[in-house]
Amino acid sequence: MTAKPAVKKQKMSKWAKNEAMWGYLFVIPTMLGLFVLNFYPIIQTIYQSFFKTGDFGRGNIFVGLQNYISVLSGSEFWGSLVNTFKYALIEVPFSIAIALVLAVFLNRKILFRSGYRTIFFLPMVAAPAAVAMVWKFMYNQQFGLLNNIFGTNIAWISDPKIAWISIAVIGVWSIVGYNMILFLSGLQEIPHDYYEAADIDGATGVRQFFAVTLPLLSPTIFFVLQTRIIGALQVFDLPFMVMDKSNQALPSVQSVVYVFYQYAFTYNNRGYGATIVVCMLVIILAITFILQKTEKKWVFYN
Amino acid sequence: MDSFILRQRITQGVIHLILIVASITMIVPFAWMFLTAFKTLSESTAINPFVIFPSSWKFDNFLTVWKSYNFLYLYRNTLLMIFFRVVCAVLTATMAGYAFGRLNFPGKNLLFSLILVQMMVPSQIFIIPQYMMVANMKALNTMFALVFPGLVTAFGTLLLKQAYQSLPKDMEEAANIDGCNIGQRFLLIMAPLTRSAMVSLGIFTAVFAFKDLMWPMIVCSNATSTTLSAGLAKMQGQYASNYPELMAAALMACLPMIVIYLIYQKQFIEGIATSGGKL
Repeated sequence: MTAKPAVKKQKMSKWAKNEAMWGYLFVIPTMLGLFVLNFYPIIQTIYQSFFKTGDFGRGNIFVGLQNYISVLSGSEFWGSLVNTFKYALIEVPFSIAIALVLAVFLNRKILFRSGYRTIFFLPMVAAPAAVAMVWKFMYNQQFGLLNNIFGTNIAWISDPKIAWISIAVIGVWSIVGYNMILFLSGLQEIPHDYYEAADIDGATGVRQFFAVTLPLLSPTIFFVLQTRIIGALQVFDLPFMVMDKSNQALPSVQSVVYVFYQYAFTYNNRGYGATIVVCMLVIILAITFILQKTEKKWVFYN
Repeated sequence: MDSFILRQRITQGVIHLILIVASITMIVPFAWMFLTAFKTLSESTAINPFVIFPSSWKFDNFLTVWKSYNFLYLYRNTLLMIFFRVVCAVLTATMAGYAFGRLNFPGKNLLFSLILVQMMVPSQIFIIPQYMMVANMKALNTMFALVFPGLVTAFGTLLLKQAYQSLPKDMEEAANIDGCNIGQRFLLIMAPLTRSAMVSLGIFTAVFAFKDLMWPMIVCSNATSTTLSAGLAKMQGQYASNYPELMAAALMACLPMIVIYLIYQKQFIEGIATSGGKL
């Protein structure tokens, strides 16, 4: 009576040991890689932020909180943070709203449906460097496409008042198709019964959208909102490629990651760059936390 | 009833109108890239009259760009970087995803929570130390440097874990009775069943490796060792005002990916939708 379970237990544990052995074997490459490529770098970046850096990380001088004091008391970091939020304030809501409308239209039985879908998704497979180059040319004040088509003379990317909007427009253009695809797959999960019920109740078009589509799609919308906010706060390619170093509007457009890149890799002041990116980490984690906490208020789960 | 049909028609018409305007907005930058790439420098900067179509369709700009910007190297580097990154990501994520999704071992939850932590952290925080590692290995301007941050993928591991979890349990038990060990079970039975998740991850990895700008700029600054994206940034820095040549370069950089996308658009869109939906 007492021996039997013991034997069984031993057998189980042998089998479990075997399974655990395979489990470890399979996760070792990934975990090892994550430690070398991600977790050690997080610690190293934080460590670096307390040092004034010589070339190639040599000749580090411990400066305590000096980097933090100069990052947080200077106007450059805060200015770039404001620019980044301004960028996000346009990119996120517009790219989501437009994508939502397009997705709702393409979720109907409509001619050329897949053709439209292919076109809207096209920017997603283009290199941002190339996209930025052509937009920069179209924005050119003298011979750019936009001013010549509309007969205007707007300094799209060199007027500090509007340059950040122009950059954000490229951001919306680039990401709208991606959001749309995510919304489309969310829409396809809404059962048709809901729409039929709405039809019987006489709710059509716009009312149906607000009564049925929006609440049932809210988990997807929240997800896209969250990833887009985080993504927009890391914007780099567009300001880097579109804004020349000599552009007078640069200070009102440069993003946090842009400033980080300049310090870490152009001026080779890695300690200062590390400090900027640690500050950014704190902000992004705080936003993630707030979004997670407020999720229940936004999202409707059946 | 007639008024109902009429209203339907009008709604359809308005929807098409909006979709067409949106389509034009999406296409114009590509069209402008294409048209400018064939123009002469003076055509591209003419304003009175403004030139929309090039007077002749010559490939001069493409040839100039091809020769003077080492495009052959850029294509080769980008292709190899994508290849290695996709292989590494799919291989490591499939293994780890299977272990997290199907096997039990002590510390599993702790290790998996590390995967989730990595996904919450903005990737810029890794870049300085990653760069310094590559520099210390004397591996700047090599293929290894381009592939390095993509050797493993936390996101792909999550994606594959979910794919394995969605597979029915009895399948594996049948194999267990047949006397397969866990390795054989994984390789012969389970892994082939997650092919669509692997394809999604592969496409996702390829597209984002192709689009990445900062990392190749940092570790591969030589014109012959860098990628298409970083190569474009370099060209713009050097020849900022020769727009026809820059547009030819941009078009050449984008065209292969666009053509592959147009051929495999179903897989592309599904792959990005399923993997992007979990990011």
